[in-house]
Amino acid sequence: MEEIAFFFGALFALGGAIAVVAVKNPFYSVLALVVHLVFLAGLFLLLMAQFLAAALIVVYAGAVMVLYVFVAAYVGGIEEPKWDASPELRVIGPILAVALFIAISIAVLGSGLAALGTPGPEDVPSGFGTPEAVGLLMMEDFLIAFEAASLLLLIAAVAAIVLAGRRREDRKSATDDRKSATDDRKKLVKADEEINAAAAGKGEGAR
Amino acid sequence: MNIEWFIVLSALLFTVGLIGVLVRRNPVVILLCLELMLNAGALALLAFSRMLGNGDGQVFVLIVLVVAACEVVVGLGLIVAMYRRRLPLDVDEMKELKG
Repeated sequence: MEEIAFFFGALFALGGAIAVVAVKNPFYSVLALVVHLVFLAGLFLLLMAQFLAAALIVVYAGAVMVLYVFVAAYVGGIEEPKWDASPELRVIGPILAVALFIAISIAVLGSGLAALGTPGPEDVPSGFGTPEAVGLLMMEDFLIAFEAASLLLLIAAVAAIVLAGRRREDRKSATDDRKSATDDRKKLVKADEEINAAAAGKGEGAR
Repeated sequence: MNIEWFIVLSALLFTVGLIGVLVRRNPVVILLCLELMLNAGALALLAFSRMLGNGDGQVFVLIVLVVAACEVVVGLGLIVAMYRRRLPLDVDEMKELKG
């Protein structure tokens, strides 16, 4: 049963990952990443990380992907032709990546860790992977890392506002545009009234 | 399920992400592929955490999620800034830091 769940999750997680790379439109890449994340969360459950599986779904598939969808829609779907890498990287990139995969596999499988061939110990502490256990660890053993993470989030939020916010000159030109637009509208209304008045005058003259 | 399967899957996901970072040219897709690589790292951390029956790896994964969120925010901010300045959204043409 566990094997079926693993291979099912692994198949879709890997398929989603390949789709992210292979699909032309960035919008579909984002959707493929959502599929990948959902099945990755399933794999996290197999590893007894219930809290992190839930966090992955809520934070990633929920919040971060919405941000991606917004930006992908904002900059527009720039379709690039398939396999249109820069000429230096088109061949050497995949070769490097596959070499890295082989190196990792040799390193892991050749490490001689006996525990790698087992599904992990059966006698894990009770509540392993629940929010309680992770929270306790975080507040007791890893408090500094937790505080550093919160500081990092704050800095990233400020950085995003600085990077993506409108510059002062942008804003000025925007208000200028708006002012000239209002002026134009006023002129139009005035011209309209003049025409109406002339038509009314003509009508009175005819009568 | 043996732990080594998870590690091999994690290596595969990392490889796919790396290929994406190397061959794609759209910065949005490159950010997505970086996410793939971070997720592969998180999967490996969780697998080792399960192997040792120790929760430390899970806290590590939570920190990885935080760092990934920060990276997304800054990266997407950069992409929006590039778009506003009408620069080409193509990493091959953005070779200089000064835009």
